[in-house]
Amino acid sequence: MWDFLIPLFAATVQSGTPVLYATLGEMMTEKGGVLNLGVEGMMSIAALAAFWTSFTTGSPWLGFMAGGIAGMVFGGLHAFVCVTCLGNQVVSGLALTIFGVGLTHFLGVPYVGLAAPGFNPFDFPVLSQIPVLGEIFFKHDMLVYFSFVLPVLFWFFFRRTSFGLHVAATGEMPAAAAAAGLKPVVLRYFAVLAGGFMIGLGGAYLSLAYTHLWTNGLSGGRGWIAVALVIFAFWRPGRAVAGAYLFGGVMAFQLRLQAVGTNLPSSLLLMLPYLLTILVLILSAWRGRRIDAPAALGTNIEPEG
Amino acid sequence: MKKMLKLFGVSVACMALLMLFACGQAPEEKKAEAPAKTEEAAAPAKEEPKTVTAGFVYVSPIGDAGYSYAHDLGRQAVDALDWAETFYAESVPEGADSERVIRNMARKGYDIIFTTSFGYMDPTIKVAKEFPDTKFMHCSGFKKAANVSNYFGRIYQARFLTGLVAGEMTKSNKLGYVAAFPIPEVIRGINAFTLGVRKVNPEAEVRVVWTKTWYDPALEKDAAKSLLDAGCDVITQHQDSPAAQEAAQEAGVYSVGYNSDMASFAPKSHLTSAMWNWGPMYVKVMEQVRDGSWQGDQSTWWSLKDGVVDIAPFGPMVPEDVKADVEAERAKFMAGEDVVFAGPVKNQAGEVVIPEGSTPADGDLLGMDWFVEGVVGTVK
Repeated sequence: MWDFLIPLFAATVQSGTPVLYATLGEMMTEKGGVLNLGVEGMMSIAALAAFWTSFTTGSPWLGFMAGGIAGMVFGGLHAFVCVTCLGNQVVSGLALTIFGVGLTHFLGVPYVGLAAPGFNPFDFPVLSQIPVLGEIFFKHDMLVYFSFVLPVLFWFFFRRTSFGLHVAATGEMPAAAAAAGLKPVVLRYFAVLAGGFMIGLGGAYLSLAYTHLWTNGLSGGRGWIAVALVIFAFWRPGRAVAGAYLFGGVMAFQLRLQAVGTNLPSSLLLMLPYLLTILVLILSAWRGRRIDAPAALGTNIEPEG
Repeated sequence: MKKMLKLFGVSVACMALLMLFACGQAPEEKKAEAPAKTEEAAAPAKEEPKTVTAGFVYVSPIGDAGYSYAHDLGRQAVDALDWAETFYAESVPEGADSERVIRNMARKGYDIIFTTSFGYMDPTIKVAKEFPDTKFMHCSGFKKAANVSNYFGRIYQARFLTGLVAGEMTKSNKLGYVAAFPIPEVIRGINAFTLGVRKVNPEAEVRVVWTKTWYDPALEKDAAKSLLDAGCDVITQHQDSPAAQEAAQEAGVYSVGYNSDMASFAPKSHLTSAMWNWGPMYVKVMEQVRDGSWQGDQSTWWSLKDGVVDIAPFGPMVPEDVKADVEAERAKFMAGEDVVFAGPVKNQAGEVVIPEGSTPADGDLLGMDWFVEGVVGTVK
């Protein structure tokens, strides 16, 4: 039994990591009151930027940063449309997804099938010696370890720093934040850019650690999962971790069910992760926890007068 | 309240998009990529009686390994002829999109169009009806028409040989097979591999994981890992990328490649590959088109001795006696014998499907929808 479960949980952590980065990024964006449906496109283009940078410079760390920056640039575009031009957030986000995925395909063609230096798994000193937990959590690559710290930083930022509270305030009630002397527009830009950076890191994970080969369609719907998981997580980082690993777990589980030789039709098994996400959305809507959403999410800051 | 409605709308939109992904890897994604990316050959230097033009449709990006790469090597062999000119479209999704691309090529007046993936079968037949003067060759299918012939190679012979190697090299007696779609072509390959494995190692089993995609390296790698975790110590695949090889090498176990020689992707793990060599076949077809002897409604199924399929050079870890055994079997194929599915062959339930002393007809092989004994998995 453990022979089945430990590798399953280890694979869960790996499959969940890109989704976790993206979920936290989207959460950051939404905390600032901006809905960003461009996650899929941003992950896609970030994966390419990361691959290209690592491929040309030979440095995966530069690639990782490039992925974040690419996400940030796309986030900037979204912020410009929504925060500065007061455009519709849903439309802008969807456009960003279509644009991002399309651009990635267009620019990525020459690199398909090529490999770039990426991050390889290594045993984390000391911690990997812990029985069971060490096997599951501490035999991954650097980016996975980094993703363990990120939710804590996220929590700390919004709960323990005044700047974080300011950002959250613009997501709750930008007018009041403005009255308190804050600059909601600047704070929203910050939320979208920082969120975009994290989403970009998720994309970079796909092309640098998940696989080292470039291919189109690497994001494979993970961006949409992230958007759904933010709702599932009620805008809380701890629950985002749970959601990302739940999704990763089902993904890893269905392949393993096949590998150990169950007789369930594989088409059914392949649907599981997506079915689960739909279920989770319905459940969280049904439980009426919308209250946890930032109050001004999806509404633009109208200029005064 | 308004906000709640809006959020609800967003969730619904997410769900709709998710469902789209659940029903297959977002078909619209590949559309974005200009499918009719063509490459013009160097114009023929001297005027020949006739320049034969050919269009090739590939299901995946050409890349530098894999199924479409192998076809493209064949195309390049044609292109090297000074009386031939070739064009290609890569990453063309099977189904409606491919119909558009094939029709577009037919409209451009190419003499012959090669549609290289199983899923192009119906679109090819449909377009062929509209362009009776254009010749079509469809790869790996079974439908034909007056101006449509089909062609394929007996890659299962090469699969069988790689199975012999894998069966000798496994220690856990569990071998992993990352497979794309449960269609006869793939099932035949799995069966041939398994028969090879069990010929030298009757205790061994082959475990199958379906990805339901031709090309998704991240998923292929995950699938390979799941097989490794289940105890498999030789990994092979029927996919368009070497991601499974990559996973095997990282785990320090052996792998068998497919499509082209995949040694460069996993030098420490690569035992051999079942590979395609389309060049001779494509050149021959082009010559037939040129001299007018090409015929529609034909099925061409070349074998190992015709040079269209073979195995890649062995990796350094393969012992000499194993090499000799495999060479001996290979010699049988070269002599025109086809021993792969020679009866008795049992199915997963242990029932004899191909009786002793008989070999299945090509029609049975082309429609194969059952696993032989020793395969762990389902054909669904």
